Amino acid sequence: MTAVLFQQVSRHFGAVRAVDSVDLAIAEGEFFAMLGPSGSGKTTCLRLMAGFEQPTGGHIEIFGETAEGVPPYRRNVNTVFQDYALFPHLSILENVAYGLMVKGVGKAERLKAAEEALAMVKLPGYGTRRPGQLSGGQRQRVALARALVNRPRVLLLDEPLGALDLKLREQMQEELKSLQKSLGITFVFVTHDQGEALSMADRIAVFSEGRIQQLGTPEEVYKRPKTRFVADFVGSSNVLPPDFVESLGFGRHHASLRPEAITLGDGPGRKQFSGRVTASSFLGAASRVTVEANGARIAAMVPASTAVPAEGATVTLSFLPEDLHTMDGAQ
Amino acid sequence: MNADTSILSRRTGALGQLSDTFWRKPKILLFLMLTPPLLWLGVIYLGSLFALLLQSFFSIDDFSGLINYDFTLDTYRQLLIPSNFDIILRTVVMAALVTLASAAIAFPIAYYAARYARGKWKVIFYLGVMLPLWSSYLVKVYAWKLILAKEGILTWIFAKLHLTWLLDAWLSLPVIGGSSLSISYTGTFIVFIYVWMPFMILPIQAALERVPGNLIEASADLGGNPAQTFRHVLFPLALPGIIAGSIFTFSLTLGDYIIPQIIGSSRLFIGQAVYAQQGTAGNIPLAAAFSVVPIVIMGLYLWMAKRQGAFDAL
Repeated sequence: MTAVLFQQVSRHFGAVRAVDSVDLAIAEGEFFAMLGPSGSGKTTCLRLMAGFEQPTGGHIEIFGETAEGVPPYRRNVNTVFQDYALFPHLSILENVAYGLMVKGVGKAERLKAAEEALAMVKLPGYGTRRPGQLSGGQRQRVALARALVNRPRVLLLDEPLGALDLKLREQMQEELKSLQKSLGITFVFVTHDQGEALSMADRIAVFSEGRIQQLGTPEEVYKRPKTRFVADFVGSSNVLPPDFVESLGFGRHHASLRPEAITLGDGPGRKQFSGRVTASSFLGAASRVTVEANGARIAAMVPASTAVPAEGATVTLSFLPEDLHTMDGAQ
Repeated sequence: MNADTSILSRRTGALGQLSDTFWRKPKILLFLMLTPPLLWLGVIYLGSLFALLLQSFFSIDDFSGLINYDFTLDTYRQLLIPSNFDIILRTVVMAALVTLASAAIAFPIAYYAARYARGKWKVIFYLGVMLPLWSSYLVKVYAWKLILAKEGILTWIFAKLHLTWLLDAWLSLPVIGGSSLSISYTGTFIVFIYVWMPFMILPIQAALERVPGNLIEASADLGGNPAQTFRHVLFPLALPGIIAGSIFTFSLTLGDYIIPQIIGSSRLFIGQAVYAQQGTAGNIPLAAAFSVVPIVIMGLYLWMAKRQGAFDAL
């Protein structure tokens, strides 16, 4: 069943087209990511699902029911806010029990459910504290528990990991993923971090300027970007100019080529070109080497086991023809 | 070495030396800045308050009219005789009603200003709220006397709307009625609300301004309808502002002696009683005892507000 359906949905703020004719169908139980830079319309899409914004055009359905004109408090959808939005005057337990309280669930029952939800996000016994006494990561878990305790049909997450440090973020990514699997709730996740979207989502919608540039599985979006924007934004792919692509014998198109698809030296069945090393940076597991070839700047990932060529050296690079993807249009 | 190229430039002159000293020992500067106001507050203000308290424990000799400087609670006992206790009760009830009504009227205005007004509208809001404070309090009160008088514009409006019967019905009510609005408790109530309104609106607006908008959204997201969001989120978070505003309206009404004198029935309020006792009657101890009443009531009020958790969101 379709959990969330967008048909030609627009949300304009005066002359600004925050969301522009978006079509979208999110399946029940799916982990769906909306990826894009700030101002691309992904958060507005999330707010349209939550009911904080009303579309200026188009049609939205949530589990087959028309969502336009339905206020947030009558939607079986819950949000984990970017800065958590915990109520500062309530204890952690009261925060988590809030949704049940306003629905009229009895005190003993709702506090028990809140306690269980806190245990689920690994914060048992934190109920008596205030939001101000918790760390960012803990607050994030409380926000998650507060949303999940209501057993929503769809959980919306607005950059929930943005404020956490790297270690915590990686840990939370795994936990969110396993939580989503065990609960079977549809997750809609907004992020500007392509790594996060690729590692967690079943499907990704890449947003730019209020429109969906590409919608597909992480592999599709990563390996076969449809537009230059997607190639550039997802995994910092090399976008090769038409001249260069033509010189390699692929016809006159823009094309994308992943840095890790390029190796130093030649091999059987590989396309090769030569260039001059202009910069290199050590990244740990690999080094990123930038090469200038035929006027194009191309980045290659060189494994740490391979010696990094010196700056200014001329090197031969090669790739498998199937790794190069030509793109329609100049965009 | 040339001064322009030196890394640590030398400060010369007495002023330079002084500011360097202050920078190294910031507490000296703090001490110098705070001493004059603290002296003022401590000696002049608290000192006179203490002198007032002391007076209330003396009594007056009924025959000679002279103050008897023996420590006694007689003056306080006098507050409890019916004619005096009525004054206290009347003032406290009026102050409480004025505070409740002010809060109810001020909240929507403050809410609009904090959450919706932007740019030009915010300026208009501030002007609208502050402008009445720029004109003299007496002018405003006398203006209200004209508005509320039997021949005033309010009576005229009621007549034009064919609602004279409503006004007459209201004025014929016991206690709150009277022969016209300007000589009834209703009139006193209206003018108190008008005159203290800015002191209620501004603290509530400041409190609401600090409530992040996403808390309202979070409440709605979790299923709270607007009434529940108000009760469980907005009101508790605005409560420190409402309490701050109510301290103004409550204590100002408790102490005011001009409004009830110009507008209202001739029955006294605490402020008028103090004025009469220390002036014409020359009974300084009783005037002092009357003055202590609002202080004690405000103390009790703040203590209760704190116990109810009104300041938890601060």
